[in-house]
Amino acid sequence: MTTLLISGGRVIDPANQVDSKADILIEDGRIKAVGSNTAAPDAEMIDASRFIVSPGFVDLHAHLRDPGQQYKETIATGTEAAARGGFTTVCCMPNTEPAIDTRATVEYVVRTAAATGRVRVLPIGAVSKGREGRDLAELADLADAGCVAFSDDGAPVADGALLRHAMEFASVAGLTVIDHCEDPAVAGGGVMHEGWVSTRLGLRGQPPSAEEAAVARDIAVAAQTGLPVHLAHISTRVALELLRVSKNRGVPITAEVTPHHLTLTHSVVAFGYDGNGNAPLLYDTNAKVNPPLRTPDDVAACVEALREGVIDAIATDHAPHADYEKAREFDEAAFGMSGLETAFGLCMSLVHESKIELPTLIERLTIGPVRALRLDRFVPGLGTLSEGAPGDVVLLDPEAEWDVEPERFVSKGQNTPLAGRTLKGKVITTIFDGQVVWSEERVTA
Amino acid sequence: MLTDSDSERLTAPSWSRRHLLDLDDFAASEIELILDTTDAMKEVLSREIPRVPALRGTTVVTLFYEASTRTRASFELAGKVLGADVINVAASASSVEKGEALLDTIRTIQAIGADVCVLRHNVSGAPYIAARESDFRVVNAGDGSHAHPTQALLDAYTLRVHLGDIRGRKIVIVGDIAHSRVARSNVWSLTALGAEVVVCGPPTLLPHGLDRLAPDAEERDFPPVRVEKHLDIAIEDADAVMALRLQKERQANGLLPSLREYSRLYQVNNDRLARAKPEALVLHPGPINEGVEISTEVAHGARSLVEEQVTNGVAVRMAVLYLLMRGEPPA
Repeated sequence: MTTLLISGGRVIDPANQVDSKADILIEDGRIKAVGSNTAAPDAEMIDASRFIVSPGFVDLHAHLRDPGQQYKETIATGTEAAARGGFTTVCCMPNTEPAIDTRATVEYVVRTAAATGRVRVLPIGAVSKGREGRDLAELADLADAGCVAFSDDGAPVADGALLRHAMEFASVAGLTVIDHCEDPAVAGGGVMHEGWVSTRLGLRGQPPSAEEAAVARDIAVAAQTGLPVHLAHISTRVALELLRVSKNRGVPITAEVTPHHLTLTHSVVAFGYDGNGNAPLLYDTNAKVNPPLRTPDDVAACVEALREGVIDAIATDHAPHADYEKAREFDEAAFGMSGLETAFGLCMSLVHESKIELPTLIERLTIGPVRALRLDRFVPGLGTLSEGAPGDVVLLDPEAEWDVEPERFVSKGQNTPLAGRTLKGKVITTIFDGQVVWSEERVTA
Repeated sequence: MLTDSDSERLTAPSWSRRHLLDLDDFAASEIELILDTTDAMKEVLSREIPRVPALRGTTVVTLFYEASTRTRASFELAGKVLGADVINVAASASSVEKGEALLDTIRTIQAIGADVCVLRHNVSGAPYIAARESDFRVVNAGDGSHAHPTQALLDAYTLRVHLGDIRGRKIVIVGDIAHSRVARSNVWSLTALGAEVVVCGPPTLLPHGLDRLAPDAEERDFPPVRVEKHLDIAIEDADAVMALRLQKERQANGLLPSLREYSRLYQVNNDRLARAKPEALVLHPGPINEGVEISTEVAHGARSLVEEQVTNGVAVRMAVLYLLMRGEPPA
C-alpha cells in the first residue's frame, strides 16, 4: 500500500479543532499523522501549499438510482460525481426499483459499491415495505445487512403511528429514522413554493406549512419517545424555529439542509439564478425540487440555522434525472436536481458573502453529518483527520472560479438550474482510502 | 387590403414580437397597437365577403390539449378570413396517455411546416416550451392557470369600444382568481392600460402575492391590484365587472362549501350591480354558469357584453395573427 504525504496545506479539521498549516501522512489507507514533522521518505508527495485541506465530505442524502433506474445514475457514476464534488462518503436513499427494503437489495448496493464505487457508499433502508407507507420493512435485518439509517425519502412517512413505530423498532438496531417532512394533504400536490412566483406562473403552490406541520409532528414524537429522528432537507423559517426550540430543550432531533435551499429562491423557477432580464418566463423544471425553493427570508433562516448549528449537516439531495424527465411540462416534470458536483462551489458563495466561516462550512460537510447519524459507529474516525481515521481527504481552492457546464458533469444527471453560472470555490483533489480518486490536475493535464 | 382611413388611424409600427405568450411585459403602446389593428380587422369582418389574402400561404396550426368551443373556432375563423391555411390538431388527454410527449408533437408540427402554432394546454408554461423548442410563432390560447392573452385583449378591446379610454376606470374581476388564466392576463393588460383593477373572490380562491402586500421585500412582481373579498365593497362605483366561470370541481376539492354559498356572496346580479356606476358594463369570458357566478337577468341584460366579446374575439385574433406574421400593422 502506498504512503501519501499531503504537504503544506491549511488543514481544517473541525472535529479536532485544527485550523493551521500542516502536513498529512496517509499510510495503508488511514491517517497516520497530522503535523509539521511528518517525515516519510518513500511517500508520494502532494503539494497542497495553495489549498485548504479537510476531511472528505460526508453526504447524508443522495439518490444513486441503483438498482432499477440506472438510466438516471449508477453507483459508479454517482460515486464518481461524489468524488468530483469532494464527497468520500455517500448515504444513498432507498427510493430505487425495487426499493432498498430487503436484505437482498442492501447486499446488491453494498456489493456493487465495492466493485464499482469510487467512494464509500452507506445505504439507507426503507422505513416501509415498498416505501408505501403502510407496513414496516424488516428494519433489523436491513440494519444487519449494512443500512445506517431508515427513510422513505421522496415520500414522507405520512402516517404518524407508522413513524413512531419505525422509530421504536429502529432503536433495536440503534438507528435513526430520517423523515422527508411534508404533510401531503396540506401540500396539495403543489409543484413549487406557494408565493408570488407560483401565482405569477399559475402553478400549484406548496405551502410552507406542509413542511412545518410534519416537522412539528416529528418533534412531538421524538420528544415523547426520546428516540432520535433526523429531518431531511429543511427549508422554511418556521420549521427551523420549531427545530431550534426543541433542540434547546434536548429533544433528540437533527436536521440537514441542501446547498440549493441555502442559496436559491423560488424566483429562480421563473427568472433563473441571474434574474433573466426581460426574457420570457423560464418555467425552469431544473429548479423544480421537493421541498421547493423558497423565499429569500427562508433562505436567510437556513443560513442562520446552519451557522448556529441548529442545522447539523449540509446534504446534497443529489437527484439525477434523464433529460426527457425534465424537458417537459412543469407539472409533469420530475422533482430534484443533480447536486454533488456543485455543492461545494455553491456553498462557498456563503463564505465569500461573509455569511458563514469556512471552518463552519467544512464542519457541516464532515463531522456534522457524521455526528447526526453517529456514522463513526460504522466507520471509526469518519469525518475527521484523527490518527487511524480513514484516509479520506479533500484539497480545496476557495478562490478558484469555474463555470457550471452540466454537459461536463460525470453524473448522468445534468439537471441543474445553475448552467452557465460561475461558482467560486473548487474541489482540487479528492482522496478516498488513501487513493487519489479525483484530481483537477489530472483532468486539465 | 385596408382602406386609407384605416391606415391613417394606425400609429407607426412598433411590433417586435415573435410570440404572444402573455401580456406580462407589454407596454400600453403595444397593447394599443393590437387594439387599433383590431379596429381594422373589424372593418374586414363587416364586409359582404369577409375574406382578404393577407396571410395567404401561411400555415396556422391550432393545437388544443383542452376542449374549447369559442377560442378554437375564433382562431380558426380568424386565420381563414385572412387567407391562411388552418389545420386543427386534436391533442386530447388520450395522446398524453399514449405517452406522446409535448416536445414530440411540437417537432412534428415544425416538420410539417407550420408558421404559427396556436396552443392551448392544461399545464401552465407549456407554450413557453413550444416557443423555446421550435422555429414557428406561438400564440398562447390558454395555459393552465397562467395566461390567456387573446381573451384579455378582446376584453380590453370590448371595454375600449364602450368606455373610450380605459385609463382611470375601475374594473372589478370577480370569481375564481386562483385558477383563472383570464384573470391573470387581464390584470397585466388592464393595469398596463392604466385601469384601477380590483380582484374579488372567496379567500380560498384568491392566490397568494397578488396584492404585493406581503412583508417580504422580494414579493414585488405583480402589478398593483386591490384584493377585496367582499363583492359589495369591490363593486362600488365600478365602470365594469368581469365575472369568471366557476369550475364546479372547486366545490368537490373542498374550496367552497356549496355553489349556493358562492352565489350568495359572489354572484353578479342586479342588486349588486346597483352599487356600481349606472352604466356599468358586464363581461364574462364564457361559458357561463347561469345562476351561479352571474344571474340570468344580468347575463342577458342590457349591460352584458358577453356576445360582443365573442364577436370581437375573432377580430382580435386576426390582429394578433397578422402582427405576428407581418411584423407591422396593415398599411
